[in-house]
Amino acid sequence: MSFAVPSDLEKEIDDRITHYPVSKRSAVLPVLHALQHHFGYIEEAAVEWAAAKLELEPIQVLEVVTFYPGFRQSAPGKCHIRVCRTLSCAMAGSYELMDKLCEKTGIDRSGVTHHDPIAVSADGKFSIEFAECLASCGTGPVCLVNDDFHEAVSDVDGLLSQYQ
Amino acid sequence: MSAIQYRPGKEPHPKEHRVVFKNVDRADWDTSLKTYESEGGYDQLKKALGMEPKTITEEVKAAGLRGRGGAGFPAGMKWSFLPPNNDKPVYLICNADESEPGTFKDRYIIHQDPHQLIEGMAIACFATGARLAYIYIREEFPEGAQILEKAIAEAHKAGYLGKNIQGSGFDLEIYVHRGAGAYICGEETGLIESLEGKRPYPRIKPPYFPAAMGLYLCPTIVNNVETLCHVKHILEIGSEAWAKTGTPNNTGTRILCVSGDVKKPGYYEVQVGKVTMGELINDMCGGLKEGRELKAVIPGGSSAKVLRADEVFTVGRGDGARELTIWDIPMDFDTLAACGSMAGSGGVIVIDDSRSISWVLNNINNFYAHESCGQCTPCREGSLWMKKITDRVVAGKASPSDIDTLDSVARNIDGRTICAFGEAASWPTESFVEKFRDELVADTKPELEDDFLNAEALTAAANLR
Repeated sequence: MSFAVPSDLEKEIDDRITHYPVSKRSAVLPVLHALQHHFGYIEEAAVEWAAAKLELEPIQVLEVVTFYPGFRQSAPGKCHIRVCRTLSCAMAGSYELMDKLCEKTGIDRSGVTHHDPIAVSADGKFSIEFAECLASCGTGPVCLVNDDFHEAVSDVDGLLSQYQ
Repeated sequence: MSAIQYRPGKEPHPKEHRVVFKNVDRADWDTSLKTYESEGGYDQLKKALGMEPKTITEEVKAAGLRGRGGAGFPAGMKWSFLPPNNDKPVYLICNADESEPGTFKDRYIIHQDPHQLIEGMAIACFATGARLAYIYIREEFPEGAQILEKAIAEAHKAGYLGKNIQGSGFDLEIYVHRGAGAYICGEETGLIESLEGKRPYPRIKPPYFPAAMGLYLCPTIVNNVETLCHVKHILEIGSEAWAKTGTPNNTGTRILCVSGDVKKPGYYEVQVGKVTMGELINDMCGGLKEGRELKAVIPGGSSAKVLRADEVFTVGRGDGARELTIWDIPMDFDTLAACGSMAGSGGVIVIDDSRSISWVLNNINNFYAHESCGQCTPCREGSLWMKKITDRVVAGKASPSDIDTLDSVARNIDGRTICAFGEAASWPTESFVEKFRDELVADTKPELEDDFLNAEALTAAANLR
């Protein structure tokens, strides 16, 4: 219930804010990235905390959270997978990769919509979503697992075993 | 200097001319400052600091360096749009949002040669008078952001950034700013809004260039990663020698990224205009896959208009007019424009005869529907309708007249939006319908023509995601 930002994280955030000497508002994205990296997603309290930190109205932070596909408003799995959906990767089999990943992790994507693109496995270990072009079109199909990039993915079991 | 050793299997093709990508895939290379300095790293910055800033801009202008991000606008001219007698701070932003589908060059510069970019940026900042610069890097490059921050810290410590650089009196800070997964941030005014902490809605033009009014309403230069790297090389060999590579008005080298249906997809740095589409696909990329024939090529990122394999293109005027097949097209800015498409960001997507055109177009339409920022009605609504129509075509639930509707939706976006995303989103549909109408119509069902209230089709249209 209570939302608390650990002091080392707050220190990291304060340091990031110094990169924007002209306008604190510019630090909205880096502050949100730091919060999401720590908490896994951006909850309402995090929006209010970021707004207070940057001397903004919460709506000025929320409108950013809701616009960018890189920010999540609900908890992902322990390992969050983003599979590239765009043309070159699709030609290289990214839809098949998505199907295989869902099958192996037991994720059901049938409830996924544009505004709620992430599906989570029942055990909370994995979550998955399609991402638009990850800029590695020559080595498709590619995906990101948390911050790790994987290219020319063919061995799904091998990939997932790194995150067990 | 001994010959460069590349990693086995990663050697450049003999037709390549490596400048910006010289250090990519080298066996004897890493991202440290020490390695970079061991081959003359930051020497060009030191040289620049002893020059008149205006002279550097003139050099970049004389080289004819055209922006490598998509529009191909002359970089030196962009810099010279900074207002004279300006008393506001000037900012420089490196656009590392690389997100045009089919493009994957900046990734390798950032990951394998970050100091080259930082040196290019520092020179550009000195030339334009910027004391604060940002690298706007897409969020999907988390490792790249870390590598850049580490390189910046190293350069700072060695006195290539910070206060009084190399005793010149010039101060510069460069910071890495991570985006959050939105394609529209590649549009320079959208990028600036994003860097100001807002939704990245592109700004109304004029002013046409952020050089007049950009970040925090101050003069701002926005250049692509590859463009900024070239600044270093122009200084190194001089604009005259640099402009000898490439072809007139299409000078220098550029990195072409090839993906799709070829045997060896990948990145190839070539002299602009010195390599044809045929050489690129057949020689450098090893040709098409076994038993396949070419159907189409998207030559400059997914928003470039598609070229059909059997088209004959007439380029030039009067006595200089000549006919080209798709294989003969030199890969430069001007010829690709004359062929009705564009060199764009250098992302070449090759499509063979195993692919369904409806499926390809639908994939592209999905992208633009997802990435429209929603600011302008024609684009917000139109991109989604184009996606819904091609969703229906692919599902076998469209009627032949849907293809006309599709074309009409596209033509009502093009030219009616604040930024060039409107064109980017509609050109694929316009060109695919123009060049592959028969194939699209073949995937529709004439019997659905009078059945426009068909419950199943409507339900499908409403539920398609």
